[in-house]
Amino acid sequence: MQGDLLALRNLFADAPVPPQPWMVQRLWLIPALPMVASGIISLLKQPRRRLAAGLAIGSLTFSLLLSLFALGNMLDELDAFLGFQHTFHVSFSDPVPREVVNFTWIQVGTANVDLGWVLDPLSAVMLVMVSFVGLLIFIYSIGYMEHDENFTRFFCFMSLFAGAMLGVVIANSVLLLFMCWELVGLTSYLLIGYWYRKPAAAAAAKKAFLTTRVGDVLFLLGMVWLFSQSGTLLFYNHGAGSIEPAALAGLLSQHAALGLTAAGAIGLLIFAGAAGKSGQFPLHVWLPDAMEGPTPVSALIHAATMVAAGVYLIARVYPLMAAGALMQPGALTGGTTTALTVVTWVGAFTAVFAALIAVAQNDIKRILAYSTVSQLGYMMAGLGMGGVAVGMFHLITHAFFKALLFLGAGSVIHGCHDEQDIRRLGGLRADMPLTFVTYAIGMLALCGFPLVFSGFWSKDGILDAALHWNVAKAPFYMLLFGALLTAFYMTRQVGYVFFGYWRGGKPARESPAVMTAPLAILAFFAMALGLIGTPAWPWFRGFLEGRTVGFDLNGFKEPDLAALMGASALVVFLGLGLGAWLYGGNAPKPEEPDVLERATPTVWGWLRDRLYVDEIYGATVIAFYAWWARVADWLDRRLWGGVVAGVGWAFGLWARLNRLLDIYWVDGGFDKGCEELAAAGGLLARVQNGRVQTYLRILALAVVVLALMLIWSSRS
Amino acid sequence: MSFAFYLVAGLTLAGGLAAVLLKNTVHCALALTVAFAGLALLFLQLDAQFAGFAQILVYIGAVAILIVFAILLTKGSETPKDGVFSRSWLAGLAVAAAVFAILGWAVLQSAHVLPHEMAVPQVTVLQIGNALMGRYVLPLEIVALLLTAATIGAVIVAMHEKEGRK
Amino acid sequence: MTPLTAYLLVAALLFAIGLAGALTRRNAILVLIGIELMLNSANLNLIAFWRYGPHPEALTGMMFAIFSIAVAAAEAAVGLGLVIHIHRHAHTTDLDKMNRMKG
Repeated sequence: MQGDLLALRNLFADAPVPPQPWMVQRLWLIPALPMVASGIISLLKQPRRRLAAGLAIGSLTFSLLLSLFALGNMLDELDAFLGFQHTFHVSFSDPVPREVVNFTWIQVGTANVDLGWVLDPLSAVMLVMVSFVGLLIFIYSIGYMEHDENFTRFFCFMSLFAGAMLGVVIANSVLLLFMCWELVGLTSYLLIGYWYRKPAAAAAAKKAFLTTRVGDVLFLLGMVWLFSQSGTLLFYNHGAGSIEPAALAGLLSQHAALGLTAAGAIGLLIFAGAAGKSGQFPLHVWLPDAMEGPTPVSALIHAATMVAAGVYLIARVYPLMAAGALMQPGALTGGTTTALTVVTWVGAFTAVFAALIAVAQNDIKRILAYSTVSQLGYMMAGLGMGGVAVGMFHLITHAFFKALLFLGAGSVIHGCHDEQDIRRLGGLRADMPLTFVTYAIGMLALCGFPLVFSGFWSKDGILDAALHWNVAKAPFYMLLFGALLTAFYMTRQVGYVFFGYWRGGKPARESPAVMTAPLAILAFFAMALGLIGTPAWPWFRGFLEGRTVGFDLNGFKEPDLAALMGASALVVFLGLGLGAWLYGGNAPKPEEPDVLERATPTVWGWLRDRLYVDEIYGATVIAFYAWWARVADWLDRRLWGGVVAGVGWAFGLWARLNRLLDIYWVDGGFDKGCEELAAAGGLLARVQNGRVQTYLRILALAVVVLALMLIWSSRS
Repeated sequence: MSFAFYLVAGLTLAGGLAAVLLKNTVHCALALTVAFAGLALLFLQLDAQFAGFAQILVYIGAVAILIVFAILLTKGSETPKDGVFSRSWLAGLAVAAAVFAILGWAVLQSAHVLPHEMAVPQVTVLQIGNALMGRYVLPLEIVALLLTAATIGAVIVAMHEKEGRK
Repeated sequence: MTPLTAYLLVAALLFAIGLAGALTRRNAILVLIGIELMLNSANLNLIAFWRYGPHPEALTGMMFAIFSIAVAAAEAAVGLGLVIHIHRHAHTTDLDKMNRMKG
């Protein structure tokens, strides 16, 4: 297996590799600049707020400019216009222009630990989206976090997050991806628990980290398996990468458990990691709690970017997920494999599940959080059924309007003196007009209001793919129902917040320009982005697949398209109408129950309590862990504690024994010895009795002895 | 051996025995004198006339007198209460017997290599005087020094100490 | 036995007698008496060897004996002086009682 890969690699190595474009070689700057800025900010003292914000915004601006330049590199038209020679490397099996820079970091025996980055259409659009939305949110944060004393720390973490997210986007090596993935998780933890003194925030941060960890463990498993099977950490490596056709062929020939191929099993494991990060059922429980963090954090991390990282991951390893299905070469539309089927079902289920819960929530951010979970389900379903372009288009549009909605919610919270319960808001249409207009645009984009808003086109792309999915039709109906629910709960929310009368305490005020300007920019894009994904001009899809597309109104003439557009428009109007009818006029007072609550209190109760998923976890997993902790504690105190106490007792005994030995044997022996010596000395001293005659006798005796010796020696 | 030899030897030995065995110290000193006389006779028998007369002059005439004086000065004539022999006299006797055994055995063993009858030497006092002043002048002078030192020493040692130096 | 052997034996016996006396009598003066006997026996030895040895004309034996007599006299004088001195302090000449050098 390894030998084949090496042979293939050598084959490709002989092909001349054109010199890399300038931007590709410096692509690493895009994530590095915000990370460096974060490092510098971490060394600053708290009062240096302007410098911190300036560093963060400046570095991200640079990253945005570089990302735009990278995107520009990918555009044939732009190159032709500017007169550049397009030198992107295009392999014979894959028409998507893609450049990689790989290098070996460590060599362990014969295995190489490689890192590298890739610039292709997928990463280019993601880079631009992340840096642009991130920049707008950074600017917004200057206003939102103005009264917070830990302003500097906020920008340090945000900058680090931005760098890590950009790192995830450009990573060509599974290891680099995982490192940045974990870093993103870490910054999410730090930012959710930003107000760490609040117990709910600390608990939410911990919950987020642990839940995504469950996914990450499976992700790591999948990664290691991929590495061991394909022999390389790199995704793309001129034909020798782990998701390039040669390696995929090898993976498909291997069989794992449950009738899966190795490719399928690895794909499912990687999807587990994506499910954790992107809040798919059942690992979605952390996302609503993550709203404890500041609103810019919710907007950037938990709406636009980090949760989108899971979707991006699936898009990145799509060749692996789709391996084995019937594919046209170069097309990023999928056939169906087991992995993609699982992705689709999980996504569709999550979409409906979260939308249902969102209907009964009363916290302005929590509604948006469940909405995010639901839309992520849409994206996953879109990937599973329609391929990379479908899922990614919805991801891009969703990033803009969800960020817009969150920032709008933040503006509302900021203007209403930190009130987050929608039952205590109302009538803000008059008090906060700019916020209302931008929020309405975002809300309509999310609902998928026909034609003018980007959400309509992206969601329709998913619905279109669902309609033509040849495995089952159920996801289509589920997603359609989800669209109905989406329109309904968003209208409910807008009705509560912006219509009716003011139910709060102090009067509300509009937010400053530094906050409303990003809202306006995002609103513009929430509408304009639809243009690149219409069937008349599917530029986005073509860009990702490496084709050039022209404007062709005949695209509208596809058979089921008109019916589909009509059906989805109908559903949206139905939802909007229902919501307006129930909540448009006079929203109830805070003490009164909701209209639907009065109608179906039990169902409403289930939905409000989030369908008891957290409670199920608490009763099963967490209860098990608590029990296990008790067992371990008992073991520790009784068993090991007993052992330790026993050892201590034994040592005490030994010490006492030693003491006795010492007193009686050692000391006694020593003392006895000394006494004996003294006695012997006393005995010998008797020789010196002081009497002369004794000495004389001894002298004479000695002479006799000497004489004897002399005689004896002379004789022998 | 002639009868005279046995007589004189017996006399000498008897005198010696008496000198160490008698209780009264003065008697011991007088017995010693007899022993000295016997030895002088033995010297004469051995044709060492000068040595014999020197023996009589010095030993009997000076040393024996000196011993008597010392006995009298130290009240030696009184018989001590515990007896004249030391408590462990047997050990001393044993050692002395051992010494005699060795000496006697050595003499008897080497009897066959010892020379015997030789010519009688003719020794005149002149020869002795010449030898003293010639060959043996150094020992003579040393002995003179020794005698001087001994005299002075004996006087100092035996002198009464001055009062106040107790 | 040869005359020489007889004389030597007499000398040895006299020596042993003198040694016995020196080692067993209590009185210090008798120790000195024993020493004198021993010296005399040595002199007898010397003269006997002179008479019966080679080269009696060299007078070696006689000279040795004469010097021995002189030294013995000096030694007797000093020794007795010491005894007198000790007697003045200890008021006894009993050697058994003189053990201040003990230990």
